[in-house]
Amino acid sequence: MHKRSAEPLLWLLFSAGGVASAVFVPVLVLLFGLAFPLGWLSPPSYEHMYNLVHHPLTRLVLFGVSVVSLIHAAHRFRFTLYDGLQIKHLNELIGLLCYGGALVLSIWAGYLLWTIG
Amino acid sequence: MSERHAYTDYHPRWLRSRPSTYWWLERRAYLSFITRELSSIFIAWFVVYLLLLVRAVSLGDSNYQAFLAWSRHPVVMTLNVVTAFFVLFHAVTWFNLAPKAMVVHLGHKRLPASLISAANYGAWVVTTAFVLWLLLGG
Repeated sequence: MHKRSAEPLLWLLFSAGGVASAVFVPVLVLLFGLAFPLGWLSPPSYEHMYNLVHHPLTRLVLFGVSVVSLIHAAHRFRFTLYDGLQIKHLNELIGLLCYGGALVLSIWAGYLLWTIG
Repeated sequence: MSERHAYTDYHPRWLRSRPSTYWWLERRAYLSFITRELSSIFIAWFVVYLLLLVRAVSLGDSNYQAFLAWSRHPVVMTLNVVTAFFVLFHAVTWFNLAPKAMVVHLGHKRLPASLISAANYGAWVVTTAFVLWLLLGG
């Protein structure tokens, strides 16, 4: 019996994260990273943000987008190190650090978004 | 030639020279490949940034204002300008690649690449408009 490889699942999550981050992240970076800090637009009031963040659907979407985007980033960064720097002999360690980091941040995201409500 | 050729788990040494560590600087296509790969770091950073924003909002108005002040810090701003570049690069290259990864058949006909690209860009526009409306409208 061959051990099932985790690779297909990782590639599936990688793609999901690729779509989620491509669709959701640009507008959020442009708003919270550029437009609000530079004063091009005035940021939403606290009440507005409070209501938005406390809505269960917002938290659910944020959790989903965060988790798949983190896995996407971990998977891609793993291959950046693998191909870009050619450190193939550290494959296990790199995998552990990349997916481990994504897992730890995902747990934090889950804890944060769950306890808000 | 008296050496015995026993089976070994290890590959014989390749007759290949190791590519330079900076091979990705040699061609434009390689450079855009590595740029796409490096976008991963900035996506991870922005997820953390977004979660810090959510955390600040959950802790109260003064924390939210402190987050907004922190977002105006030159180091954070610079990082976010770079992040915007990488994230947009990721999004555009991802949508352009989508028709190659998604093969959709309608009956016996394969849907043209342009249609799949258009659908992806359409989803991007709709999501962006919705997020803008959620944050700025109402």
